[in-house]
Amino acid sequence: MKFKFFPITLFIFFIIVFSIFYKGLKNSNIYTPNLGLQKDIPFFEATVFNSNKRVNSDEIFDHDQFYLMNIWASWCAPCREEHPFLMDLKKREKLKIIGLNYKDKKRSAKNFLLELKNPYDLIISDNDGTIAINWGAYGVPETFIIYNRKIIDKIIGPINDNTILKINEILK
Amino acid sequence: MKLIKYLVIIFFMFNLSFSIAQSKDLKTKIAKNLRCLICQGQSVHDSDSEFANSLKILIEKKIGEGESEKQIYDFFRDKYGEWILYDPIFNKKTYFLWLLPILMFMIGGAIIMKKFFIKK
Repeated sequence: MKFKFFPITLFIFFIIVFSIFYKGLKNSNIYTPNLGLQKDIPFFEATVFNSNKRVNSDEIFDHDQFYLMNIWASWCAPCREEHPFLMDLKKREKLKIIGLNYKDKKRSAKNFLLELKNPYDLIISDNDGTIAINWGAYGVPETFIIYNRKIIDKIIGPINDNTILKINEILK
Repeated sequence: MKLIKYLVIIFFMFNLSFSIAQSKDLKTKIAKNLRCLICQGQSVHDSDSEFANSLKILIEKKIGEGESEKQIYDFFRDKYGEWILYDPIFNKKTYFLWLLPILMFMIGGAIIMKKFFIKK
């Protein structure tokens, strides 16, 4: 009886290892940080696009007001895709749209807005990308929904038909 | 004469490795311990993506502001979650990861004990 102990434990061990790896096969190995919700917005200071004025986050975001903070750049193709959605959202009176111009050349950004029109109530520049990191973003486009100086939701990637429904739900 | 030659070689070897060690400053060390989220599988130090470059700038800024290594790691963990760190902390999600090598070591020890000592 005693000599059978070892092969049985080995067998059980391999079964456990196999099941762990088999389960792991089905997991996506692309990680998306799921944090940053219901968090206070980070404090930052930035330059207003097209001027030399400095603003800080307390001046931009008021209490009792919905904000959409959209990170965009003229070199980013998905930003063009989501642009019509932003133009649509601009018509909402409840909502203010803040644009964070991410690592962009001023001239190309201006051309982008001239060509496609400007959906933003205010644009701030993020030349070295550090403000976006403060927000926990890691790519463009990315959109944060803010209420009462808290991040209530975020959309990674361009806004599309599905995510616009989510925004509508929140704005109700 | 031979002894002096050896001593000189040893002296230079130590000098060289010392200077290399010094050039690897804190910024590089931190960047190497952070995972790039755009090109997953690379560290921030190795990556040249927009995200990684911004991260490097921010690390430099934070070091300049006098923040400690731990404070910087905590900042990034807070923003992006545990996953950005290559060295995960010990908690209820990672205890298996940390304890498995010790467990295996103990099982191996038990097998050896059984084979060589108990049989006799």
